[in-house]
Amino acid sequence: MLSPREIIEGYHGRPLRVMEVCGTHTHEIFRLGIRSLLPQSIELISGPGCPVCVTPTGYIDEAMFLAQECGVTICTFGDLIRVPGSEGSLATARATGAAIRPVYSPLDAVDLAAAEPERQFVFLAVGFETTVPAVCLALRKASSLGLRNFAILGANKTMPQAYLALKGSADAFLYPGHVHAILGTELCERLVHEGISGVLAGFTANELLTALAIIVLRSQEGKPFFENCYPRVVRPEGNLAAQKLIDEWMEPCDAEWRGLGRIPSSGLRLRPPFADFDARLKFHVPPITGRPNPACRCGDVLQGKLRPDQCPLFGKVCTPLHPVGACMVSNEGSCSAFFQYAQR
Amino acid sequence: MDETVTLAHGAGGRQTAELIQRVFHAHFANPNFTGDDAAVLPRPHANIAMTTDGFIVSPYRFPGGDIGKLSICGTVNDLACMGAKPLYLTCAFVIEEGFPLAELESIASSMERTASEAGVHLVAGDTKVAGRGQVDHLFITTTGIGEILPEAHTSGKFAQPGDAVIVTGDIGRHGCTILLARNDFGIEAEVASDCAPLWSAVHSLFLAGARPHVIRDATRGGVGTVLHEIASESGVGVELDASSVPVTPAVKGVCGMLGLEPLYLACEGTMVIIAPQEQAETILASLRNSPHTSTPAVIGHITAEHPKQVLLTTEIGAKTLLPPPTGELLPRIC
Repeated sequence: MLSPREIIEGYHGRPLRVMEVCGTHTHEIFRLGIRSLLPQSIELISGPGCPVCVTPTGYIDEAMFLAQECGVTICTFGDLIRVPGSEGSLATARATGAAIRPVYSPLDAVDLAAAEPERQFVFLAVGFETTVPAVCLALRKASSLGLRNFAILGANKTMPQAYLALKGSADAFLYPGHVHAILGTELCERLVHEGISGVLAGFTANELLTALAIIVLRSQEGKPFFENCYPRVVRPEGNLAAQKLIDEWMEPCDAEWRGLGRIPSSGLRLRPPFADFDARLKFHVPPITGRPNPACRCGDVLQGKLRPDQCPLFGKVCTPLHPVGACMVSNEGSCSAFFQYAQR
Repeated sequence: MDETVTLAHGAGGRQTAELIQRVFHAHFANPNFTGDDAAVLPRPHANIAMTTDGFIVSPYRFPGGDIGKLSICGTVNDLACMGAKPLYLTCAFVIEEGFPLAELESIASSMERTASEAGVHLVAGDTKVAGRGQVDHLFITTTGIGEILPEAHTSGKFAQPGDAVIVTGDIGRHGCTILLARNDFGIEAEVASDCAPLWSAVHSLFLAGARPHVIRDATRGGVGTVLHEIASESGVGVELDASSVPVTPAVKGVCGMLGLEPLYLACEGTMVIIAPQEQAETILASLRNSPHTSTPAVIGHITAEHPKQVLLTTEIGAKTLLPPPTGELLPRIC
């Protein structure tokens, strides 16, 4: 019997385009050197799976407005601090005196707010299904503490509609294991009927190689397919407690994705009874249309239309130390991974 | 009553003298310790190595050590990397007003123990007290002089294709310990800093006849950063085998959770040694018999190919570049 690696290395059939839709997958694939094992006939594309990468320029502008015009303390996952907005980033805002606090969890932001009741705190709520439950827990805690100085700037996103929007970008998806640990597998089964193939993958070397080998084998059958290659974590029904928590606090809304534009029902916003926690309403944030650097091709990279090193800015004006586009910021961003691990 | 350091302790008057007497003289006493403006020392028999290092670690006390022990090990190990037997150290303290005297004594006593183990004499010192908030508890700077072994000839420029790349023990423990000690993550793990003086280990391998080309302390930036430096300075390539890099399960676990690469976590008692392949066994044997280097390993080799790059053979046998350090390493770890 052939090993997963032998199956992958021995594939010389029709060209196969596989899109990974999870920043952690992107990073692990680079770190383990999986790309160097692939035959020419298999192409891996990094899709829009890094929450920092898909956050549009206008969102950073909103956060800058809150920090600079409203004097609130912004609490955020560290990566977001360096993402360029229309003018400067939160890092440049911080250098000119804005209060920007990196946190590791939304709950840390609530603790900060509880400790300094006279200051207003806003947590930048980005991320997919994996992060949303923690945001809801933070809101629940803030609510039970009766905090009036905590709010979120929401830009959470959900994957289901994005898969449909990306239909045709690849022959098969490498589905993100942790997102589906929350969502379950029913959606992936349904996508098969929409003609979308994919395999759910874990994060170790074995799990990733196995998932890719299954894609190689199943795609030769000539019809759409789905397989759960991460059953130790992903159950068919997903995490019901987390789903209930999300549903209690959030409702679907249209969302703006960097590169993909506006996708209907692909985001989450606070349900009306919790509007007090909505920073946009609380601080009267005006509608802001972001102006991304016109030369930046992050959008095309996120859709798999362009390899990071084909972007004219890549490695020249856009590097991890001086990112122009969001994909160069986070360790999980495809441009950053490409830059760090590519031979130069 | 808890006594604390006050601005008067740094003013140069009677309180300063008392502080020096009570804390530093009590712990650092040795024939060369000076009460004058400078220590007068016998001339060594060989060339000397001299180095200086500032220590601002936060928190100043952590599992496996404290800022005092660190301030001795850091400088002693920098000397050892040049094949120099550490002889004399000076130390300069900048202390925040209000720092507990008992803590200061405990740090001085830890310096005394470490210096004694390393066989080095503290010969001169300085104490300054800064106002509250101007310093985070206390900063220590140590400067050291060592006598270079006649047979030692090491530099980051001397790595040769074919050389073995050796680490003197498991990596990343100091960085991991400090990370957890700050409590930012709410993760608990049984990890203690590897902070230790390594002259006796280095001396033992010279005594056994080994002649390493490079010895480097894998402090800030860890083993990965050191290897990038050496590759660049010597104009060679480095090839590492990921599966032979020793990492304790606890460090591996924490790194897995936080998405960190152990090769980039700081060590304070682990060195990288680059030496001719045929000396590798001798070096490993000497290290195993030394107190702080009982788990050394050959983790790779030097090559003439892909100069200035570090290649890693990953756990699945694929070759990738070890990405160069990005400058986002933890602040204030030493």
